[in-house]
Amino acid sequence: MSLAADRTDTTARPAEGPRDLRLAALTKEFATFTAVRSLDLTVPAGTFFALLGPSGCGKTTTLRMVAGLETPTSGTIHLGDRDITWEKPYRRPVNTVFQNYALFPHLDIHENVAFGLRRRGVKDVDQQVQEMLELVELESQARKKPPQMSGGQQQRVALARALINRPEVLLLDEPLGALDLKLRRSMQIEIKRIQEEVGLTFVHVTHDQEEAMTMADTIAVMNGGVIEQMGSPTELYENPQTTFVANFLGQSNLIAGTVASAEGDVVRVDMHGTQVSIPVDRAHTRTGAGWVGIRPEKVLVAPAGEPIDAPGNHMTGGVVTDVSFVGVSTQYLVRMPWGQELMAFEQNTGRRKILRHGAEVDVSWRPEFAFLLPADQDVRAGAFEED
Amino acid sequence: MRRGRFTGYWLMLPAALWLGVFFVIPFYSLLATSLYDPEGSVLTGYDVTWHVANFADALREHADELWRSLWYAGVATVICAVLGYVLAYAIAFKAGRWRNVMLVLVIAPFFTSFLVRTLSWKLILADDGFVVDFLQTLHLMGEDDRLLATPVAVIAGLVYNFLPFMVLPLYASLEKIDVRLIEAAGDLYASPARGFWKVTLPLSMPGLVAGTLLTFIPSAGDYINAQLLGSTNQRMVGNVIQDLFTNTGDYATAGALSVTLMVIIVAMVVLYIRKAGTEELL
Repeated sequence: MSLAADRTDTTARPAEGPRDLRLAALTKEFATFTAVRSLDLTVPAGTFFALLGPSGCGKTTTLRMVAGLETPTSGTIHLGDRDITWEKPYRRPVNTVFQNYALFPHLDIHENVAFGLRRRGVKDVDQQVQEMLELVELESQARKKPPQMSGGQQQRVALARALINRPEVLLLDEPLGALDLKLRRSMQIEIKRIQEEVGLTFVHVTHDQEEAMTMADTIAVMNGGVIEQMGSPTELYENPQTTFVANFLGQSNLIAGTVASAEGDVVRVDMHGTQVSIPVDRAHTRTGAGWVGIRPEKVLVAPAGEPIDAPGNHMTGGVVTDVSFVGVSTQYLVRMPWGQELMAFEQNTGRRKILRHGAEVDVSWRPEFAFLLPADQDVRAGAFEED
Repeated sequence: MRRGRFTGYWLMLPAALWLGVFFVIPFYSLLATSLYDPEGSVLTGYDVTWHVANFADALREHADELWRSLWYAGVATVICAVLGYVLAYAIAFKAGRWRNVMLVLVIAPFFTSFLVRTLSWKLILADDGFVVDFLQTLHLMGEDDRLLATPVAVIAGLVYNFLPFMVLPLYASLEKIDVRLIEAAGDLYASPARGFWKVTLPLSMPGLVAGTLLTFIPSAGDYINAQLLGSTNQRMVGNVIQDLFTNTGDYATAGALSVTLMVIIVAMVVLYIRKAGTEELL
């Protein structure tokens, strides 16, 4: 799949140029629950934005409100200066790639892709459809009906059908959910590449954190109708601000501790007798109890007494209680003296033998990788909500 | 296990027997009747004399009723389609938790006999009934105008009696439509009206075609409505056939007329299904 440079010019961009999508105090209440609570969000024009969260977190409802398929209880939706909160879905410069695609079964692929253009009375539809089908490499399938195609092909038809309209915002509702893992990975890269080539704003809803991180420039993690944290994939992963983000996006070790001192740019935390230091911009509380967080791949393990290559927080007295060899890495569970089991992932570089179950080990990590979260947050939030 | 050469035929046997008993034999009997000697009577008996002229005679004498049957049935079917579509659409998409109640109400009239229901229409449309009174008060009808014994009454009866046969298949195919397809049409710049025309209606075609067939075919052969709600000026082919069979004993003409009606309907159905693009129904 590739988009030749000369093809980009054949379909006109919106005259005004791309505009930011802004949601302000957007709220949606259903009869029995509030799906979205006073959401504020700006999606910069031309970016790939992901709304990530477990099922029922309000991400699909948010998307449907932007598409006009759901009316907000309160709040506004703007495209640039244009208020589209109450605009009919068929008048919005917004198109959707539906979950399970929603291709028209009575129309062939060509007519499915042509649908939006024909409704707007565009000229030389056939030419544009053909170019779009070339973009998604389905030009030879134009006269087939959707049920005759594989899931991956249907997915690409759905993408082409939305993309051909050159919407200001393209909404993708769990677009890869029905595909198998390998196909999903390759489609993630394809969609990302198409987004970069067409330069439109993509808003992608997913519950798959890996998918969000692979594709998006910016991720908003949603939980219970609100955004927990927003930022680039690296920001979210390296410096989560809530236990939910720490657990939902990848995995985290969260260890109870008490702030001992907060001076200069370092917060010192007493963690079961060991003092660990955390950079102040990664400490999301300054006083009292808190959760010290560290990603498993940042945790270094070595046989007791051996030096560890990390000039950081050093803890002794660990015992390996589980060893999972997964090829590229080995995942250890290490029981610490205070009873908690820490996860530690180690690349299989071959530098050292894999540790055995029951081995006595020391544990360490560099202070700049740790983060500190307020103790009032649920330590298990987001931990087991993935598929 | 080796399959015998005739295994397939053996497996077809039950269906073939069923068709033989319930279709081929009755049909042969009807066809034979249509070729009886027209001079036969209940007293002298009937012989198959391959008297093909029965058809020409039947058509010459009863072309009016035949034509009127198709015409009334056609009008009734169109009205049923419009009313039935609105009703089926409302049940499928708007009824919510009332859906099952509404479906039961659609079927409820079948709990009473066809004859009784048609007779009650005779009361509703009667000259001193409230409908006529009301329309006369509004001066929409003159003092001496009637509803009974008019095409309006007969067609109203047909519409009433066959409406459920339209609603049920329409509902079945509307109910299967994924609402996301309608949403997708809206998302792709189709106004609700365009979305209906381009997505909902084409997807409900199998139901609409099945419904029109189930309405048109029995309407065209019906005689109860014309007999109870019409006069001699609204006689349909069913009345003629019934009369010829039971009163006159003219089996030959009655048979010829029946076969003719059947051929016309089969031809129309085939044409219609081709035209509607729902060949998979055949």
